[in-house]
Amino acid sequence: MMFAAQSIAEFFDWLGGWQYVAAALIHAVLLIQVFALSPFAFIWLERKVSGRIQDRLGPTRVGGLFGWLQSLADGIKLVQKEDLCPPAADSMLFRSAPYVVCVASFAAFMVLPFSNGWVAVAADCGLFIMLAILSLEVFGIIMAGYASGSKWSLFGGMREAAQMVSYEIPLAICALVPVVAAGSLNLGEIGGMQRGWFGYWFIFHDPFTFIAFFCYFIVATASCKRAPFDLAEAESELVGGFHTEYSGMRWSFFFMGEYASMFAVCGIAAILFLGGWNTGIGPLDDALYAARNAGADGTGSAVVGYLANVIGAFVFASKASLGVFVQVWLRWTLPRLRIDQVMTTCLKYLVPISCFLFLGAIAWPLVMLTVLGQTTWTSSPLGKQVSAEVYESQVVQARSAERASLLNVENKTAELELAAKAFVAGKERLEAAKSSASEAEKNASDTQLTSLQEEVAALEKAEQEARVGLESANETAQKAVLKAKLLIEGRASVNKNAAAAREQGVVR
Amino acid sequence: MSGENFLFSVFAILTCVSALAVVLSQTVVRMAFWLVISLGSTAALFFLANADFVGAAQLLIYVGGTLVLLVFGVMLTASGPYMKIGTSAGETVVAGLLGLLFLFVVFACIGGVEWRKPVTGSADNIATGAVGNTLRPLGLSFLGVRPDADLATGKPPEASGYLLPFEIVSVHLLVVLIGASYLARAKRRAAPLGQ
Repeated sequence: MMFAAQSIAEFFDWLGGWQYVAAALIHAVLLIQVFALSPFAFIWLERKVSGRIQDRLGPTRVGGLFGWLQSLADGIKLVQKEDLCPPAADSMLFRSAPYVVCVASFAAFMVLPFSNGWVAVAADCGLFIMLAILSLEVFGIIMAGYASGSKWSLFGGMREAAQMVSYEIPLAICALVPVVAAGSLNLGEIGGMQRGWFGYWFIFHDPFTFIAFFCYFIVATASCKRAPFDLAEAESELVGGFHTEYSGMRWSFFFMGEYASMFAVCGIAAILFLGGWNTGIGPLDDALYAARNAGADGTGSAVVGYLANVIGAFVFASKASLGVFVQVWLRWTLPRLRIDQVMTTCLKYLVPISCFLFLGAIAWPLVMLTVLGQTTWTSSPLGKQVSAEVYESQVVQARSAERASLLNVENKTAELELAAKAFVAGKERLEAAKSSASEAEKNASDTQLTSLQEEVAALEKAEQEARVGLESANETAQKAVLKAKLLIEGRASVNKNAAAAREQGVVR
Repeated sequence: MSGENFLFSVFAILTCVSALAVVLSQTVVRMAFWLVISLGSTAALFFLANADFVGAAQLLIYVGGTLVLLVFGVMLTASGPYMKIGTSAGETVVAGLLGLLFLFVVFACIGGVEWRKPVTGSADNIATGAVGNTLRPLGLSFLGVRPDADLATGKPPEASGYLLPFEIVSVHLLVVLIGASYLARAKRRAAPLGQ
């Protein structure tokens, strides 16, 4: 599915708004192949296994080796049969009931990942959607039983309703036990977390998930109304139960739905408990994971990445088929329970056991944390393992980055806003000052101002002149003082000369 | 018309037509069948609106749970083969009037709302992820962490979320269920042996 383009929707980019419809059609056609081919294989398996268990050979003729075309022969025979509707039946409901069963068990494949990223709809609550859709199948069975207008069918429908309404509770709780360990409802993420050695599979996560796997498998067998819980069609007492009145293709639709939902519940078991598409051999898983990622982001060969996913899908299909094989094995080994025993098994044993397992799975990480200092017994806690949904984590990272940047912008904007507020306040104050200044200017008359200014100028001039005058006066005064000094000195020298001359004259 | 609009019209028409069929059909189980189609198409509309958790909850609770119980109840209580519900003329008139009134209210509400397209990159889009996958934001807001609301205020959340009230209501409901089944179970008479 993910060969060249990152997704089929991307591949149909040129279709504009219709690309999603085209992608949905391709996904649906691919899934219908799975839905149609898995019953083809499993009905043959059922015949062969039941033959071997009862010391027979089973089909040997059709298609050569092991009679592997037996299912095709069955299908051709069923298509040829007359499509009957009994006169006592409510014909509209009678005719539509097989489609409800088929649509419900087919739609469940929508969110079931077959390999790393090979899923039609990678929903965050994939497991929840899958259980919700699988629970619709019972409605078709009840409708078929009610609308057939036959007592056998009505009994079958009633038994089915009672059984299913009860068994849905332990089914959901048992499926929650590994979800508690994984911390996600996304089937792709849960599968990706179990990459590595066997120890990382959730069945070995803690003792509670180990028991929960077997509990889940029993409940899933009952929810597919397989023996020993096939009270709805108990052929020894109810002829055929809800499908007593059906024939031909409508009859076979019920069985296509049954085998497809067997594969679906075993697929859930494989993903939740048995490592999904991971082989359980650490280095091999890591290599496949790296090849797939390199192919997806364009750094490596797309073909090698595709082949890695094909190997993953093969591993997943083998695990789920092993579960179907065990269900077939159980059917031909165990005797059928009575209806009261079926109800007792569920309400008195499976519901309390699953509730206990759920509580234990919640307490386990806390116990491990106090004893070992980490939440799991394996070397690296699950939270540290890289999730296989790389795209998902990228989206989350982008989201948080976007959020951080938005917060940053928010803070910056707040700062700017504060600055702008301060600026505006300053501007207002300036405006006010300007306006008051202009008012004051208006109040004072122009002529007074000019006269005042002239006066000031005159005063200044006068001062200047005064200062100049003062300075010149000072200078003249100093000169005068100097002259006076010189005069005094000269007079003194003259007086000396005169005195000397007088003495000379006296002496003479 | 884009593909999304086309799918929306398909499921919207399916919802409306089968809802009409629920009203118009006479047999109870046929009504249940049409109700399955109507509610299933509503779930499909939720999926189209990227609300995958609400869609799945719609399927599990209403289609898988409530309707199966409804049919189960009809099968247990019906006296004849196909129980029919006939409506008298008065009932039809009253129901039609009520329906018209409700239609008026709905139209008034739709007209009163100022419809705006969400701005890309806003807090709402980050909270819902814009690609569906509403599970994580829903779970976080149950714990009181609202990525969209926190972004607007920049402060840690004040409320502690609705987890505790939700759990209390669930446990209460379980207690009520057990009590109801205890009250409703057939009581055995303490008859002496050999009678």
